[in-house]
Formats: sequence, structure tokens, C-alpha cells
Amino acid sequence: MIDFSLNCELLRRVLTGFIANGVRKAGFERMVLGLSGGVDSSLSAFLGAEALGPENVWAILMPYRTSSPDSREHADLVVKHLGIQSDVIEITPMVDAYFEQFPDADHVRRGNKMARERMTILFDHSARLKALVLGTSNKTELLLGYGTLYGDMASAINPLGDLYKTQIRKLARHMGVPEVIIRKKPSADLWAGQTDEEELGFTYDEVDRVLYLMVDRRYELPDLVEAGFDERFVRAVFAKVQASQYKRRLPLIAKVSSRTIERDFRYPRDWGK
Amino acid sequence: MSRHTIALAQINPALGDLERNLALHEKSAEEAISRGVHLLVFPELSLTGYFLKDIVSSVALPLTSLFIGRLRDLSRRIDLVVGFVEETPEHLFYNAALYLSKGEIQHVHRKVYLPTYGIFDEQRYLAEGGRIRTFRASIGRSAILICEDMWHPSTALVASLDGMDVLISPSASPGRGGLEEGKGFANARAWETINRAYAQLFTCYVVFANRVGYEDGACFWGGSEVIAPTGEQVAKAAYLDEALLVAEIDHDEVRRARMTNPLLRDEKLEVTMKELERIKREGAR
Repeated sequence: MIDFSLNCELLRRVLTGFIANGVRKAGFERMVLGLSGGVDSSLSAFLGAEALGPENVWAILMPYRTSSPDSREHADLVVKHLGIQSDVIEITPMVDAYFEQFPDADHVRRGNKMARERMTILFDHSARLKALVLGTSNKTELLLGYGTLYGDMASAINPLGDLYKTQIRKLARHMGVPEVIIRKKPSADLWAGQTDEEELGFTYDEVDRVLYLMVDRRYELPDLVEAGFDERFVRAVFAKVQASQYKRRLPLIAKVSSRTIERDFRYPRDWGK
Repeated sequence: MSRHTIALAQINPALGDLERNLALHEKSAEEAISRGVHLLVFPELSLTGYFLKDIVSSVALPLTSLFIGRLRDLSRRIDLVVGFVEETPEHLFYNAALYLSKGEIQHVHRKVYLPTYGIFDEQRYLAEGGRIRTFRASIGRSAILICEDMWHPSTALVASLDGMDVLISPSASPGRGGLEEGKGFANARAWETINRAYAQLFTCYVVFANRVGYEDGACFWGGSEVIAPTGEQVAKAAYLDEALLVAEIDHDEVRRARMTNPLLRDEKLEVTMKELERIKREGAR
């Protein structure tokens, strides 16, 4: 049985506790995040504001010249609603300066560059503001590899990484994220008219059900087909998960010593915390 | 006297910091003493934190260590159950819990079942205990079963047949799964079922001390509880928050439960032994 209903109040407590705990363990009191105006980053901002107080949350809006005006408007709505701190840093000059050298670059390269440009700004602001970078990637996109490695996938702590997109929307609604943000079509907004679902080739509603059974409930591929999912769809989803495994791991280290980092030098991240 | 005031310290230990955790123990103990508590139960690995990985050897302590000595001293004023990594003279490391009373170690339980699946990886770092024994405590004949030990009913059955009146379960359970509308973590619900079932089936008190806090993103859910031999809840701590849960247990409740439900009297050790021996002989396990 697939039940994406949520005990939102308990989840809210667990996630705000996670943020407060993670930020303080790292020796910070503030957090910084890239606020796109989409539901994921909006929810992260809501959770952060509740965990740390709005005065300790910095939202950085980083539009590119082709970014949708809606994105900016929705991000402003969140900033105003929460009373969090914000800065707007245009990435157009940096990104365009780079691609002057590569005028033929396709939109994937351009999109990745934008995501990584934003990452460098967030981590610079982490140092500038003494604030921890809060992640906004959800479980669906992490599993599908639908994100830019060292770009939007980069963060210090991520409260959303174990929640499917379907669950993100539910929790966002519970937390009071404006409905216009929850209802709009999800988009990475890396080029005009882009939507996640068109690019992926399926809807989040569909793929979340398959991912939930495959990952959380450990259904094998034949089990999923037997459960009524189209075999080609199931295989396409599995292929994405498999092909993007490298994005969910640290860079591969050639193992030559008697004790290799991560393989048999294993310490918790919260070591001594 | 059949009534005893006990307390469960639902604390948030630091990961791999013995001194900070000892201070936490002393603080809880002082509060418990001021509230007239006789026995204070701490969660699993309360002196070290749970997801230790390679920290294990750095925080391991022999029973003779000065550090344990400080807890022994504290136990002159209040009985304690504390969790730590025990290092034997052979340099084996155990996930262990001590019962300390009157300045002495009254009992050591070494966790028998080391979960090594899902989020858990204990067998990589720790040695398995091989004994399930009850011991005499002032609250009644007791057994300590650490966390995963409780998920194997054979441990509780053995302890029951060995005379257990009070089942003490120090735990470090991270909340996983579930969280559907109106529900808590799936494993928290399972724990609550197990605690009540064991209390009723073995007509004993169940004292479940779980921790709170986060380690590497995992959230320990708390919800420590004391269940009476009737299966009724005597006391319950909040989920997720630190707490000192004080409860009264009454040994006469064990007596009354065993008169109402003489399950222990009727337990057929011979049949169990015979069938277990057959199963072993036939190689089914």
C-alpha cells in the first residue's frame, strides 16, 4: 500500500530539530540557502526560520537573465512572509562572461554552470555570514540524479533529502508555504519554459510511487510490474537511479593504503559533537 | 517494601565524549536523587553515544577503569543502569550495560544481538555477548536486554524462566519509516507493541529507556516508558525531548499479575527444550 499522507506536525518537529541541531553542532547559529521561489527551497526556508528564528536565516536570490519573473516574485513572497534576511545576487555577469569563451555550449552545460555558480555564492556567503548552507534537494531528485553535482546538490545539511516530492508538497502546505508556490509546475528554471516533468518524461506523482516501492519497500522490478506499473516506465526509472549512483557518493578513491577514507576509516560526521 | 521509585533518563549524549556524558549522567542523577528516586536507568551507550563506528576503541573502558569508578561512587547514593563500550583484557569490545549499586558493579550485560542491517552496523565494530542472566536488584529480580536484544523473544523468554520480574531495556532507537497521518515512526510503534506484549506475556515490568537527539541525521525518538505486568502503561516520556521520567513500580503488581495470568507457572520448559534440541539436531537452524 502506498500512503503518502503525513504526520506533518511530528515531521515538522523532527526536521526543525535536525536543522537546529545540525547548525549548532557545526558551530554556527545562522543558515544560508538559495531561494528560487520553488516549493523545495521555500519549504527549507520555512523550516529554517522556525528552527533558528527568521533573523538567523539568509535567503540568497540568484537570478539569471532568463529566469522566470514568477520565480523572483515567489521568492520575495517567502522572504516577506517569513521576515527572513535576503540578498539578491545576479549571476548573469559571471555566467555570460564564461560562456563568451564557449558560445556553442548547449543548455545542459549552461544550466549546470548556473547551478554551480550559485553554489559558489552560497558557500562564499557561508563564510561571509558565518552561516551553514542548507540543502534543498528532495529524495525524488536525489534518486533520479535530477540535479547538478556540486551545484544545487551541494549543501552542508539537508532537511528534505528523505522526502519525496509528493511529501514535500504536503509538508509545505502544512507549514503555510503560499499555495501559488505549491501549485505551480516544478521547474529548475535553467532555461525559459523548462519544467521538471516534461524534461523527466513523467510526473512526480507517478515516479514517486515507483520510487517509494522500489527504494523504501524494496520491490524488485518484476514486483513493480506485477503491482501494475508499466514495465518500460519502471525500467526507465531504475536506469536513472542506477546511472546517477555516482552523484550520491563521494569521489571514488583508489584504495592503496592499509586504511582508506570512508572504506575502513569510518567516523561519524558528528564525531565528538 | 514492594514499592520503588525509579526514573528513566531520556538524555542526548554527545558522540564520543565521555567527560561531557559523565557530566550529563551526574546531572540527571542529582535531579533523580532530589526527587527520591531509587534506581536511575540510562539509555544504551549512554556514556559514549550510539553511531560510534571507529570511535569504539577510543571510548572503550575496562570495568576496572577510574571512569567506571566515578560511577560506582555515584551509585552509593542511587542505583544506576548505564551504557558504555566495555573493553575486556583480551581487547574485545562489547556494547554493555552495567547495574551499579552501593558502590559495586552488580551486573554486566553484554548485548547479544548486534543489529547489522539497515541503518545499523554493530557487528563490524563490536563483539557479541553470550549470556542472558537475571540478577538480584533492590527493585526485584531483573534482567537487562539492550535494544535489539528485545527484538528476539528468546532473550526475554530465557530471562523470564531465569526469574525476571523487571525487564530493563536501555535503547538507542532512531525513528524510521511510517509518519503517515496520525501515526508516529513505524519502529516506535513496533517498540511500544513489544514492550506491552512482553510485560503481559512474561508478567513483568518493562522499563524502556530510549534516548533523544540526532547523530548524523538520525533522530532518536525518546518515548521512554514503564509498562506494568498487566500491559498497562505506568509512565511515558514525551517523544523527541529530553526528560527525566519518574515512575513508581510495585512488586505486588507482579504477584497479582501472576495470580491472574499464571503464564510463568504453566511455561513448559521441557517441551521447549525438547523441541529446540530437535530443531538443532535436525539442522533446521
